[in-house]
Amino acid sequence: MSMQERELPPLLDGFNAIIRRDLMLAWKRPGDILNPLFFFAMVASLFPLAVGPSPEQLILNGPGVVWVAALLATLLSLNSLFLSDFEDGSLDQIILSPHPLPLLGLGKAAAHWLLNGLPLVLLSPVIAITYRMPAEVIGVMMLTLALGTVSLSLLGSIGAALTVGLSRGTALLSLLILPLAMPILIFGARTVSLAAEGDPVSAGIYFLAAYCMMALTLAPFATAAALKISNE
Amino acid sequence: MSEVLLANDLSIVRGERCLFEQLDFALNSGELLLIEGANGTGKTSLLRGIAGLLDFATGHVSWDGEKVLENYQLFRADLVWLSHRVGFKGELNLLENLRFESALRSSAAAEKNAVLERLGLVRLTALPFRYLSAGQQRRVALARMLLANARLWLMDEPYTNLDIAGRSLVADLIEEHLRGGGLCIVASHQPVEIAATTRRVMLA
Repeated sequence: MSMQERELPPLLDGFNAIIRRDLMLAWKRPGDILNPLFFFAMVASLFPLAVGPSPEQLILNGPGVVWVAALLATLLSLNSLFLSDFEDGSLDQIILSPHPLPLLGLGKAAAHWLLNGLPLVLLSPVIAITYRMPAEVIGVMMLTLALGTVSLSLLGSIGAALTVGLSRGTALLSLLILPLAMPILIFGARTVSLAAEGDPVSAGIYFLAAYCMMALTLAPFATAAALKISNE
Repeated sequence: MSEVLLANDLSIVRGERCLFEQLDFALNSGELLLIEGANGTGKTSLLRGIAGLLDFATGHVSWDGEKVLENYQLFRADLVWLSHRVGFKGELNLLENLRFESALRSSAAAEKNAVLERLGLVRLTALPFRYLSAGQQRRVALARMLLANARLWLMDEPYTNLDIAGRSLVADLIEEHLRGGGLCIVASHQPVEIAATTRRVMLA
């Protein structure tokens, strides 16, 4: 066994390894991804049946409903972000790897977005058609959802890390994340409404992009600190 | 020569209870540290503290003359951790699990086949990890230790779930690791028979 002086491994190795493993796990356990996605589709497509089919009403409510459904579906999937790693001891091994923990937390959030946020964004046009949204509005909606779900995955990773050691953390997780998610919901839904009314949308999109950047820079550090506390 | 691993004035407080205080120990290359004590005396907590999973209330650990707190990453590149929760994914098979480990630690897994052969795991590589017995799962955790190529082994109850052959295998592996200049810290309430310079910490 070699005992030579050891160097630190390349910075992105751990990040990539986590994403690859989580994608592989999701492939073997597809229910974890399909459930929130199914929830999203169900809520968003039941709504028109309940409020009535008039086109004006649909286009009025559509953006808000799609956004609320997306937010709730994301919250639903966040609870399990660190849970199985915590329970089987993988979290210890991940924390003890030679990589910076914020980067590994970022890997978990990235995998979460690829598995939950991205499918949701891709599914959303199908939902939007039931609300009779025109093509250019659908484009804006997908863009806001993409920016919003990235932020939600990142912010959610903080909450999931904080509540992973608690036996009933789901409610607490929602409580922790919702205040941070409010601006995303408000600007996301409003921007799509503005697009539907034919008004300029760039301000809302800039805000969502800025929020996303803020989450991207700050959330990994908060997640790392929270993981350390929860895993004691 | 100064010690590779040095612990100064360690204490751990869990909730309101102080598990131990003013604990000092030192360890050199090729030496074994045995942490002994009854259940609930803080053996696992001490190991977790050394690894950095748990904060000490007072004191610090130094590695190669440098405080671990100031350079966690380098210390972690040097250590590997075996606990009662093996830390593998039940859905993935043994090879997929070990591949993740080696990617996480960026360690070349050149000796993988030899290690699996030695641990008697060769015929289990295609099975999902959750189908393995508890003892077999422990053996996979041992494979991780061997493949990690780390200087410091932290082992929490290394004999748990292992059969007689497995126990003597663990002892052999530790002896080889120490002969190669490694360090090993073992927490166990069972007698540990290792032919090496052994230091002891008794927790009460």
